Parts: sequence; structure tokens; C-alpha cells
Amino acid sequence: MKRFVLISIPYLWLLALFLVPFSIVFKISLSDIALSIPPYLPQLELSTGWTGIKKFFSDLDFENFIFLTTDKLYYKAYLSSLKIAIIATFLTLLLGYPIAYAITRASKEWRPTFLLLVILPFWTSFLIRVYAWIGILGQEGYLNQVLLFTGLTTEPLIILNTPIAVYIGIVYTYLPFMVLPIYATLEKLDDSLLEAAEDLGCSHFTAFWLVTFPLSRGGVIAGCFLVFIPTLGEFVIPSLLGGSNTLMIGKVLWDEFFSNRDWPLASTVAIILLLILIIPIVLFQRNEQKEREADR
Amino acid sequence: MKRFSWFNTTSLTLGFAFLYLPMFILIVYSFNASKLVTVWAGFSTKWYGELIQNEAFLDAALVTIKVGIVSSTLATILGTLAAYALIRAGRFWGRTLFSGMIYAPLVMPEVITGLSLLLLFIGVGLDRGILTIILAHTTFSMCYVSVVVSSRLSTFDMSLEEAAMDLGANAFEAFRLVTLPIISPAIISGWLLAFTLSLDDLVIASFASGPAATTLPIKIFSSVRLGVSPEINALSTIMIGMVTFGVITASLISKRAAVQLKLEKQTRYHKI
Repeated sequence: MKRFVLISIPYLWLLALFLVPFSIVFKISLSDIALSIPPYLPQLELSTGWTGIKKFFSDLDFENFIFLTTDKLYYKAYLSSLKIAIIATFLTLLLGYPIAYAITRASKEWRPTFLLLVILPFWTSFLIRVYAWIGILGQEGYLNQVLLFTGLTTEPLIILNTPIAVYIGIVYTYLPFMVLPIYATLEKLDDSLLEAAEDLGCSHFTAFWLVTFPLSRGGVIAGCFLVFIPTLGEFVIPSLLGGSNTLMIGKVLWDEFFSNRDWPLASTVAIILLLILIIPIVLFQRNEQKEREADR
Repeated sequence: MKRFSWFNTTSLTLGFAFLYLPMFILIVYSFNASKLVTVWAGFSTKWYGELIQNEAFLDAALVTIKVGIVSSTLATILGTLAAYALIRAGRFWGRTLFSGMIYAPLVMPEVITGLSLLLLFIGVGLDRGILTIILAHTTFSMCYVSVVVSSRLSTFDMSLEEAAMDLGANAFEAFRLVTLPIISPAIISGWLLAFTLSLDDLVIASFASGPAATTLPIKIFSSVRLGVSPEINALSTIMIGMVTFGVITASLISKRAAVQLKLEKQTRYHKI
């Protein structure tokens, strides 16, 4: 009996505030936009009894999904989100791997401090960290001031409100998510393997490439997914740094809902985004499982 | 002793410069006397003064802290219960669905979580305000708490609880006297995580809040959209300062606890 209460409290909470809302999104994605309150049709009218329920279900259709495939804006937005997420993940890996590697090479006393320095930005406000770049990257921003002052450029660079600013923002905010899992796998690495490789005639670099990197693959994959998955639906970074030139699906959904007030279409955009996300999420879960089995 | 090559030194230096320079610039320019944020015009603390007098910001900060404390406390209770159900309750009806509902919000894009909750609140006719933000934040942060707590619970030695019960404790006493003290560090870090997530959240709060309640991130976002402002720089500096202080204190305390433990173990060893 006690056990039943224990389980049912969080269970019911999640059913009511996760599963039910989610089914509502799905239902509204099958509805049509209408000038009513709330702004979509059909609405379930239980007062008309069985015929009302039947009419309700017959009015639901996949019209919005078909519309999304015919309108160029949406699949362009999905494609550009995918492109931005992939490139940004790769850039984060490029910067994050050397940092994780260098921390494992540091002496034991210094490692906790370095790790703390990597984690600290994660605890500070995401919004503020993105905001910090507006002042740096703007046309009269600090970066351009330095570049013009040193004579490296004669014209101010236009970075803010372009995809480049979005890449910088993503790499900056998601770097800890890449460094930590890679560090976790590199730390477990047995140094004698490297010594053996070098004894057998490998140079420093080939030993890294043939021994260290393949053995850290699990951490690299985990880090990439931890960056890629949230980036795909990102809203704050493209809307603060990307300007109107950067098309990302999280922003499209937001505008569709708040500006156009097309709730059914916003819901459809959400459902398709989730369908796309299922693939990397499943792959990520598999990787985690494999890592856990390898640990045993 | 491993060699610390120039390559490692460079990557750490560049990496940390990249991570900290933007925040450093933000802090320096929060003390700028000029209204033009990119031109330095001497040291001044006037933006902090203006910030303190800005009632809209103060109200938003108060709402944010209220929401943070209530939602993270609720999330910690619910998340700990959920972790207990996942790790210790064995098989029950719909267990797969339950664990799915715990993990899904972690990977769900915020825009979707926000949208779905808003549609729910409208559907049941709940007026949007502090209450709806608290409900929304509790829901997603309880999942983070349950992940943190369940990873601690899964390494917990069951025989300790069994021993307590053999010695006459009932199930609840065994939990309170044995399990809870052992998993409490995980519960505390779960609470802290939930609190930070709540303070930080813009997207979900924007969907869940109405005109009646504005949180600090919503306020910051709407003013930042118009560009850099010295007041926001001052606010950011205060927030960065508090977080840095908190994180460093927490890490020093845990370090001291670790040293203490080590000392205790050593003295015990010597006695034997």
C-alpha cells in the first residue's frame, strides 16, 4: 500500500503534466486554425453526446503535416537547423577535445581546479553567457575595436546576426557538455598502453591517433549527442545572435505560436521536430548502454 | 611524471580564455560611466544604483527566487520519490512508461515542453502566473533530480537497510536513519541543480507565464533584444558573482569534508 502511494505521486504528476500536455499538442497538430477561443477547431463538445465525439474525430486530419511538406520555409528551417547543429557540434568537439585531453595530462593536484573552471560557466546563467557575445561581436563591438585598432582589418567585420555568431554562441555555451564526457573516458585510459605504443616505434602523434583517440570514442560520441540534441531545438542563441538571417526551427515554432498565433501549425512543427530528434536520442541511449557494459 | 607539452598548455590557455574573457569583459564594462556600452568613459558604479532603483527588475527577481525555491523543493521531493520508484520499487504496472516520462523531458526541446504545458494550462482554464511557472519548472526539474538521485541510489548497498530492519527498524525508520543520510549529498545537489535550472529558464517560463508574473530571464531577454545595456551588464555581474561565490564555497566545503574524512580514517588506522 505504501509502495503504491510512493510510486503513484510522481507517476500521476508526470502523467498530468507531461503525457497529457503532450497528447494535447498532438491533437492540436491535427486540428485546423480558426477564429475562435482557443484558436483552433474542432473542439470536443460532450454536450452533443456521441455524434459530437464522432464529428470531433472526423474533423481531425493530417492537413498541417501535408502543408509543412509543401511550404519551403519549413523544410528549409529543419535543414538549416540540422546543418547548424552538425557544424556547431563538430566545432565544439574540435575545441573541447584538446581541453579535455590537456586536463588529463595535468598533475593530480591541478585537475580538480581545471574541472571546476570548465563547470563553473555551466552554473552561470545561459542567457547572460549568450548576451555577453552581443557586445563582443557587434559592428562597434569589442572584437571589431581590437581588430581595427591593431590594423588587422580596415572595415568592421559583420559577425553579429549571421550564422557565425550562432556557431560561436553554441560552442561557447555547450563546451562543458563536450569536455566532461571526453574527460571521463580519457581519465580511465591506461597510460601503459601509450608507453607500449611508443616502445613499439609509434611517434607521439600516431600513438595518440591509434590508441588514445579510438579508446575515447565513447566519450566523444556522448559529448557530440549532448551538444547536438539540445542545439537542434535551440531558441535563445539564434534569436539573440542569429538575427533574421538565421533560420532555426525552435525560432520558427516560437514565431508561429506567439506572432502568427497559428497553434495547430506550431504543434505540427513541434511533432515533426520530435520525430527528427528520436533518431539521435536512440543512438545516444545505445552508446550510453555500451559504455556502461564496457565499464563492468 | 607526465610531460605537460606546449600543446596542452596552449589548448588550456586558449580554452579558458575563450570561456572567461566574454564574462570578464561584461564585468569590466558594468563599471563603465558611459551610456554607450562600447566606449570606456571612466569608472563608475552608477548602473548598480540605477538597477537597485529599477522596480520592474526587483519585482522580476523576487518572482524568480520564489519560483526557484518552491519549484526546486517540490522537484526534489517528487524526483527523489521517482528515483526510489525506479531503482527500488521493483516491477510495477507501466514502469517503462514511467521511466520514459522521466528521461523524455531531459532531451525534449524547451520550446516543445513550454508549448505543451501552455496548451494544457489553457485547456484546463488555469490562469497563467506564478503558479503555472512553478508547475512547469517542477515538472522538468524533477526529472533532473531523479536522474541525480537514482545514480546514487543504484550504487547504494541494500544490505545496510536490511541490517537496520533486522535490528528492529521499520521500513520508514530504516529509510530515514540509514538511506537518507547516505543519499543526502545527491539530494542536495539535485536541489541545487533544480534551483539553477529554474533561475536560468527563459523559454519554458515565457510559455507558462502570463502578464501577471514576469521572471528575471524574461525581463532580461526582452531588454537584451534591443541591444547591450549597461544595467543588464551590472545585473549580469551580480549574478556571475553570486554563482562564482556559491560554486567555490561548495567545492571548498566538499574538499574540506574529504580531507576530514581522510584524517579520520588515518587516525582510526593508527589506533588499530
